[in-house]
Order: sequence, then structure tokens, then C-alpha cells
Amino acid sequence: MRPFADLLDRLVLTPQRNAKIKLMTDYFRAAPDPDRGYALAAIAGTLTLKTVKPNVLRQLVLERMDEVLFRYSYDYVGDLAETISLVWEPAATGKPASADLSLGAVMHQLETAGRANVHGLVRDLLDQLEGSSRFAFLKLITGGLRIGVSARLVKQALADMGNVDVTEIETLWHGLSPPYVSLFQWLDGKAGKPKLDMPAVFHAVMLATPVGDNDLASLDPKDFAAEWKWDGIRVQLANLAGTRRLYSRSGDDISGAFPDILEAADFEGIVDGELLVGGTMRTNRATRTFSDLQQRLNRKTVTRKMLEEYPAFIRGYDLLFSGERDMRPESFLTRRAALSALIEKAVPSHFDLSPLVPFSSWEELDRLRKEPPDPVIEGIMLKRLDSPYTSGRSKGPWFKWKREPYNVDAVLMYAQRGHGKRSSYYSDFTFGVWTEIDGKDVLVPVGKAYFGFTDAELEVLDRYVRNNTIERFGPVRSIRAEAGHGFVVEVAFEGINFSSRHKSGVAMRFPRISRLRTDKLPSDADRLETLLAMIGTAEGNLAPPAEPI
Amino acid sequence: MKPETLLYPTPKGLFCEKGGFYIDPVQPVERALITHGHADHARAGHTHVMATRETLDIMRSRYGDAFCVSTQEAILGTRTTIGDVTASFHPAGHVLGSAQIAVEANSTRIVVSGDYKRRRDPTCLSFEPVRCDVFITEATFGLPVFHHPDDRGEIAKLLTSLKQFPERAHLVGAYSLGKAQRIIALMREAGYDAPIFIHGAMARLCDYYESEGIALGDLRPATIDAKDKQSFAGAVVVGPPSAFADKWARRFPDPMPIFASGWMLVRQRAKQRGVELPMIISDHCDWPELTATINEIKPAEVWVTHGREEALVRWCELQGIAARPLHLVGYDDEGE
Repeated sequence: MRPFADLLDRLVLTPQRNAKIKLMTDYFRAAPDPDRGYALAAIAGTLTLKTVKPNVLRQLVLERMDEVLFRYSYDYVGDLAETISLVWEPAATGKPASADLSLGAVMHQLETAGRANVHGLVRDLLDQLEGSSRFAFLKLITGGLRIGVSARLVKQALADMGNVDVTEIETLWHGLSPPYVSLFQWLDGKAGKPKLDMPAVFHAVMLATPVGDNDLASLDPKDFAAEWKWDGIRVQLANLAGTRRLYSRSGDDISGAFPDILEAADFEGIVDGELLVGGTMRTNRATRTFSDLQQRLNRKTVTRKMLEEYPAFIRGYDLLFSGERDMRPESFLTRRAALSALIEKAVPSHFDLSPLVPFSSWEELDRLRKEPPDPVIEGIMLKRLDSPYTSGRSKGPWFKWKREPYNVDAVLMYAQRGHGKRSSYYSDFTFGVWTEIDGKDVLVPVGKAYFGFTDAELEVLDRYVRNNTIERFGPVRSIRAEAGHGFVVEVAFEGINFSSRHKSGVAMRFPRISRLRTDKLPSDADRLETLLAMIGTAEGNLAPPAEPI
Repeated sequence: MKPETLLYPTPKGLFCEKGGFYIDPVQPVERALITHGHADHARAGHTHVMATRETLDIMRSRYGDAFCVSTQEAILGTRTTIGDVTASFHPAGHVLGSAQIAVEANSTRIVVSGDYKRRRDPTCLSFEPVRCDVFITEATFGLPVFHHPDDRGEIAKLLTSLKQFPERAHLVGAYSLGKAQRIIALMREAGYDAPIFIHGAMARLCDYYESEGIALGDLRPATIDAKDKQSFAGAVVVGPPSAFADKWARRFPDPMPIFASGWMLVRQRAKQRGVELPMIISDHCDWPELTATINEIKPAEVWVTHGREEALVRWCELQGIAARPLHLVGYDDEGE
């Protein structure tokens, strides 16, 4: 248990992606089976354990401890599992914690314990484990490690460990289960790649590279098809041998949140498409925005009301399997014809086909890209007509060509120190624009950004913050920002929406600081009205919510 | 006599009227007895200061020769008469030179622990329990959550990280007096013999520890020419915690923020400070040591000062030991 506990402790406090990967690969290389497999499951969220209710834990600790002292402790620490792990005093008569109990042994005991024995077992295990391990154990049985590691990141760590491509891990992932012994044997080079016998498993998706400055000059428009790049989330829908699954593009199973789509999927095969909400083109109703789609994301279950208010559908891009036939070696054109025939027969309210965009020159396509016919379009996709479906991101067969970002000039208002490499720099900025309140122009914060600038620009920003601090709130500094004195930056972002969570009433998507406007005064910065007008163009004719929700 | 008349709290600090002195006063006074050299306990500007030789040396090194008008060296275990009371100094195990102070009059004895710990520390003498009627204990880590792990395990975490991330400079934040030297000494005990780089603010104190016979190995100033930044890759740099948020830290390649403190036990505190590698090493007692010390000394009464007073008072009540908080002001949490 100790190595797993140490890993969790390090991951929680490590902000850098590569350092997290390094910590995980080192652990996976050193830990034995089945411990590492259970650790993997815990991190990736595939562990199925009966969870223990907080109240049970509270009872256990109060058997040993004065309630007042526990309350003082809990008030100080703030997290129940952590408090209990820290205050727990092993029973004086308890077994001496001689050797470190392995994660595998702990899991075995938990899996074989009857419902009635859980209470006693948890007490025994708390007695046998030491501090950090107790914390890890409590996090496991209360469900929810919250260590800032996505399933995607842990798969990358596995890929690094075995020196294989991450798409290979993604493809295998849903066919395997904890403690993943065959997977680790393969990554260790001790056995061949695991063979999957389960249908409806995820196949790593094909990705596009951005169009670079000189990419198109050497390419012939006749070799490519163009499609709109829809602003939803990329998904893969599989229905094979009676099993239906919906996966995100990184292979997370999101079936639970989309029963409407699974139910409507009455065809056999695997479809690649964009998950959107609203009406399909076949029902002649409008596609709705990404913020509407967000209402349906990251849920384990979904209410009837949600299904009615935010109906989801898939806009088909590609066909990987038609029935059991592997279509991936076929050309784009062949796959597209098969996809078109399949969608023709599918339920109209839940499936439509992403239309092709006719064009004859790159210049013409560029014009179309800059003025797309639908607000839910974020650019153009280019696909080579003769390209097979290959997983991963290789340059050449598919390109993405995004529409131009939105831009505003805003004034820096607050700054916070960064993490890791940037821990001595003020690198996280809150910026604002002007609005009129009670007849006076004031700055209102509209977003936060911590990237987009170069290292040299960061030096400039940091120096400004240090020399113009007017107040400090813990790690945050409030910066001088007046009409005649302040720092103006150009902020680029991908979209903008109404938001009840922000004081200004708007929220940007992917804001970043694209330029330092040292040539401008804060009085030259944009106004909130400009941002509100952008919502109009970005999202059609939505009205702002009347009252904050 | 009643202990409350022998020693009582005042805005300037704990006062002994019959002896005419204060213990660790927070404002300038005529006569001060000082437990140890940390800045919140040992301040400049008193007229007459009595402390151990090491504590006087440390104060002189920090504040200059004029830190007071006259000094008196306290010999550990020796009684000195001051006014109508006797006072004696006894090792506290906190930092080099740290002492408890026992004050006695009319067969009533009060022991002021100052800051103390019970663990082995290669850089100072160990705490000696002294029988007394009233034990005044600190309570910096006076909550049942504080169980400080074995410091060897914490040093091992740092050594492991140096192997895992050889390209990063490991910046260890540690209080300049005591903690820094203890960390360095513990690393040397663990077999780490590469040069350790230190912030300028701790050079004088490290030299002083060396002159007192505490070997710290090859220490070098953490200064740098812009061109050889990479020479700190995989190196250990020890500095005061505040320096790491400062521009000073930029001279190092991809620095890993580390903090050696008892507070690092609570994950959220480490996270808030942006610490990537917490080392739970404290120069104060943890909860089991506080309660074990009270059980060992068996005072008739316990007075609790700076820290989590209410929890330790509650514990004493549950044990049937008379206890009360002193509510002294002016003392900092460790390294915060």
C-alpha cells in the first residue's frame, strides 16, 4: 500500500503533466501485479468497490476518540478522509503493523468481505496501515481520488512505460478489466499484446493536424473533401453483437449520459461523429451551441427533463465498421458512401450526415471558413479522398482549419503566481473590460488567462505586477488598473457565452493573452457591450438568463 | 506560593514579578530570559539578557553586538538566583542552544518549555524532562491530527526525487535557524555527500553550527552566473521558504518547490503554497509527543501557550489534569 500511497501524495501536488507521467511510469515499472493494476484502476476510475459512507467512518473514529477533539481536528483539516487518516491511533492491542500490507491484499479483503463485515474490516485495515496508506485506503473506499490525473494521462503513462503508442492502449482499454495483468505483462515485454474477445470496444480515433502557413500551396484541392468542423465533442458509437457503447475521443465510456442515442442506434457497426444537441438537419431544426451540449456532459445519469430539453444527436463523419466488416482500410470516399447509406436508414432525430462543402480553390474555401453558415461551426476539415482511416495524428491525410479567434483588448486586474516552473512568476491573470455602473465607468472582470504569451512577455508582465500591486489577498495581487494607468492585453478566445457564474455575465472559451498592448491605455480597452454583441453573432439570438441561476 | 503570582502573562510577555524579569518578551524590557534564538522569541533591544551561550551567540550574529546592554550566560542545569527567585536552564531539543527555563520560589516550580521536541536531532541536545508544579507547554502542533513521521523517511523522499528528476533543481524551504542545519545534517547521515547549495541568508548560521562542531559537509553559496544555470540541475538548494516565491528562485532550472515543515502534514496546506514535495520535518512536538511529555512530567497543572491551545487543554481535562490556555501573543507558527 505504501508505494501507491506515496504515488497519490506526489500526484496531488505535481502540476506538470510530464512529471505526473514520470511518477506514474516509475510506479508501474516498480510495483508488482496485481497492485499496479488496482492502482491503475483507481486512477482511471474503473475500480468497482462498494463504497463506505462517511457516516460509517465517523462512527469508527468516534469509537476511539473524543468528539470535541475530533471536531477541532476536522475543522482544521477540512477533509473527512484526511482527518481520519491523521487522527487514527491504532488500537493498543492490535496486531503490530509488521510488513506493509499490499494494495492487492487490501483489495482482496474488500472484495471478499460480506456487507455485514465491512465495518469491522475497515477498522482492522485502518489499524494495520500507516498514515499515508490510511489516507489512500480511505480515498479508495469513499470513492473519488481527485488527484488531477485524467484517464487519458494515465494511458499516456502506460504507453511510455511500454514504449508503445497511446492509441494502442486506448484501443485495448475497454476490452480489459482490473487488475490488468495481461496489459502489464505485455508492456513489460513478457507476453504478447492482449487479445480482445469483447465486441463494441473503442478504436483509437483519427485526428487532424492544423493547416500550417505553407501546407496548402503544394496540395491539389481536387484530392480533398471539405467538411464543416462542428463545435460539439468527437465521439465513437459502437453497436456490435448486441453491445452498444458511446465513447469520447479519448476512449472514455460516456454511454450513461446518453441513453437517447444508444436507444436510437439500431444499426450494427462503429460510427465516428460529432455529438451535438438540438435538431438534426434531417428534422430541419437548428443545431444548438456547445454550452447547451455542456448541460449533458460529465453526468453519470440523466433525467427525462434533460433528455427533452437538450436532445442529443450524432452528426456522422466516418464509418469504421459496417456490421463486423472493418472499413478502416477503405478510402474516405468508400467509407463515406457506406456511412451515407447507413444514416439514410437510421433514426432521423438522432443521426444525420455531416455535409460536404463543395469548393474549387483554397481561396474559396478560406472565404467559406471565415464566414461559416452556422454559428456552431468552428472551422473546416480537409480529408484526402483516398485516405484510409488510421488512428492517431499523422500529418497529411486530414487537416483542420479553424475559423479566426475572437479578440478583445482588456485590462489586467489581478494576478496570481503560477505553479512549477512559474512558481516565482505572476503568470495567471484576471482581466476586465469597461462597463457603466451607477453612471460611472468601471472595470469588470471577464476572464482569466495563463498562457498565450512568450517567456520574454511573461518577464514584462511579472515586472508590471510586482511594481503595480495595490493589494494582496493571499496568493492573489490586485494590480493598478485605471483609465490612465494600467496594462492592456489583447485576449484571443474561441467562443463566448452568457454565464450566471461570472459577475460580468459572460464566459469565454479558451481565452489566452495573444498580444501585449503596451501601446494602449486602459481607456482604449473594449467595453462589455462589445463582448455581449459578440455573443449575439456567435450564438444566434439567445437571450441572457433573466435572473442569475 | 500560588503559581499565578510567580509567573503571569502580560502584553510584553510572561513576567516574573519577584525576579523582575520576562521570559521571551515580545517588547524591549529591562531584564529578559530567552529560551532560544528564533526571532519571535529572541528579540533585540532588551537591557539585560540571560540565555545559553549558543543562544547569545545566535542573537549576536543576527542583531550585531549591540543587541543588548549586558549579557549573562546560563549554564545548563545550574541554578541562578535572580531577585527573590531561582532560575535554571535545561535542554529543550528544539534548536542549537534551546532551553527550557525553570523558575522556582518558596518550593513552587514552574517550567517554561519554550519550543521543544522529543526526537533525536543531530544538531542539538535532547529535551530533558524537569519535575515541576506547573508545566507551560507550547502547542504549535497541538491537534490530534499531527503525527510527524520518522524524519529518515522524509529525507528518503527527497533522495528519491533527486533520482527521479535529475534535471530539476530541488529547492528546499527551511527556516534558517535549526531546520536548515538539521535537514543538511540528516541528508549527510543518509549518505548524501554531494555539495549542498545554500541561500545567502543562512550562510552565517551554518558557519556557526560548523564552529560548534556540527558537521554539515560541503556547503556552497547558491550564487550563479547567468550562463551556468544548468549546473544546478539535480542539485539541492536550501533557503528560507519565502525566497522561493521570490525572483531569486528563477536562477534555477525547472525548480521543484519543497518545504520542510510540520505543517506539510496537511495536504491542502502544501497545495496552497504550491509545494510539490512536502517534507514533514518539525522542530516541535507532534500530538503524541506533547501528550506523552505531560504524562511523563506529571505536573499538577498545565498551562498551554502559542498554537492550538484549546485541543490540548481539552485533552488535559479528559485526563483529569488541571489546564488553562495562556493566550500569549506575538509568537509565530513555525516557518509561516
